[in-house]
Amino acid sequence: MSASYGEQLLELARADERVIVMTAENRAPIRALPPQLGARFVDTGITEQTMVGMAAGLALRGRIPVVHALATFLTMRAFEFIRTDVGLPALPVKIVGTVPGILSEANGPTHQALEDVALLRGVPNVCVFCPADADDLVAALPAIVADPSPWYIRHCERPAPAGVRHEPFSIGRAEVFAQSEGDDVALIVLGALFRETWEAAALLRAQGISVRVINVRCADPFDARAIVAAASECTLLVTVEDHFATGGLYSLVCETLVRNGVAAPLASVSCGDEWFTPALLEDAIMASGFSPSAIAARVCTALAARSTATAL
Amino acid sequence: MNDAKRADLTQFARAVRRHIVRMAGGGGCFLGASLSCADLITYLYKEELRFHPERPGDDDRDVLLLSKGHDVPALYGAFVELGMLAPERLANHLSPHDHIYWHPNRSIPGVEFHSGSLGHCLSVGMGIAYDFRLRGIDNRVFVILGDGELNEGSVWESLLVACAYKLENLVVVVDRNGFQANVRTEELIPLEPLATKFVAFGGQVCEVDGHDFDALERGFGLLRQARAQRPGVLIARTRRGKGIAQIEDRADRWFCRLSDAEVAAMLAELDGGASSALQSGTLVVR
Repeated sequence: MSASYGEQLLELARADERVIVMTAENRAPIRALPPQLGARFVDTGITEQTMVGMAAGLALRGRIPVVHALATFLTMRAFEFIRTDVGLPALPVKIVGTVPGILSEANGPTHQALEDVALLRGVPNVCVFCPADADDLVAALPAIVADPSPWYIRHCERPAPAGVRHEPFSIGRAEVFAQSEGDDVALIVLGALFRETWEAAALLRAQGISVRVINVRCADPFDARAIVAAASECTLLVTVEDHFATGGLYSLVCETLVRNGVAAPLASVSCGDEWFTPALLEDAIMASGFSPSAIAARVCTALAARSTATAL
Repeated sequence: MNDAKRADLTQFARAVRRHIVRMAGGGGCFLGASLSCADLITYLYKEELRFHPERPGDDDRDVLLLSKGHDVPALYGAFVELGMLAPERLANHLSPHDHIYWHPNRSIPGVEFHSGSLGHCLSVGMGIAYDFRLRGIDNRVFVILGDGELNEGSVWESLLVACAYKLENLVVVVDRNGFQANVRTEELIPLEPLATKFVAFGGQVCEVDGHDFDALERGFGLLRQARAQRPGVLIARTRRGKGIAQIEDRADRWFCRLSDAEVAAMLAELDGGASSALQSGTLVVR
């Protein structure tokens, strides 16, 4: 069993005096750290703006603050502080948004960060990492903390699907699970729906459809090469994300294809332009059309439309 | 304070005001807000901050942040007088070929952090102050806030946290000139009793005349002695546009774009000449 996020962060903080762990009274993923870090653990209370401004001040002094709060409040309440005090001066603050997207479960729309990726990738200098699961997150953390850029981390500690062993993390590189060079379908996934996407791929393969799964990992810097390669080698691209359709993965793929002069059939599985129905995680996933079978069905429909169009 | 020191500060502040007035020519600047804190910035750099102009990046320096931002001509004027900024660079005010524009930025040596969006620098200053404490060094952080800026909730939020963490190496300085943009603070969002508010939040508060160097010496001296695990708050009662009779304490003189003749007349006024007349228009946002 690999280390948890909190254990990994503690190890990094122990090894490097510059690391300061901060939270706006959201300790869930870092509950064990306060007694271990003493004054290098700072809880500012329910003050996302103050926490981010303080982190900027600490970073000015050579520190590496890793700040935590619920993703909606951190990225939206404190957005201008992130943009102006962290992004503009490119300070090495690591912004960890917890329970983003579908992981907010039954909290309701106030807690549904479904535009956080769009917002944060829009800020110059800020990099964006959306881990697929706990293993993916923990493995990437050392490189992200060591990197001099500000980062937004869309926290996700869902367990990795059985049989998945992630490749080592490399900034700006997607992880590609290719079945063959000429896969029928590329399932391109950003973040927490990796598990459902992985299982959808298995369902499709059982129907004789060859599938590659692309775990995007970084929305910024974005791995355009992996997308362009998939566009030229696969019949259909499908993006999967627990994010609004605007500004997230689907937008990124569209931008990438146009920028590279590549045309490819592209379908999207996302929250569209609606907040999702609040419920416990598995129910919310089902209700939002993110279950493996719903994703597989969406792929089959798009493939069928594609072959009909080809026949015409 | 002895007479020689007072005279030296007065002369320094007059020179700073001359730079400010020149920057109000051409494309203009936030003249009123810059003039109101010219004495404050003079006192801070000359007397209060542990700061060596020849080594502005020194590790043992105190840090000053301009949170209100509009007063940056006062800062640049002081930098010129301290020998940190070549005087001819002020002629580049608003030029696309330099970095001297309406808000502070770190391209100018000596500027510790950029500002322009109100309500940010108190929290940034707290991060710096917290780092000083972690390192066990006695440097201090001064953050100049405008009084209009006190409308921002983030100021009060940050103050709560600064008091919770007992950041006694942090000093909040309020340039209490009584105006925000084109209106008196008390006519829009009243702030008084202001000192009471800061006391209630947990600050060590001192209120003085922000144009009286002796009073500033007493006020900052008091805060230095009475740190008592609380951030210091110095409320400096000032007049917007201080030094130029025609724009002093006037709601409509917020941003000024002066003609060459007006600049010349105001420079003469600062040197003891007659009160200058004001012809040019003003920027009114409200």
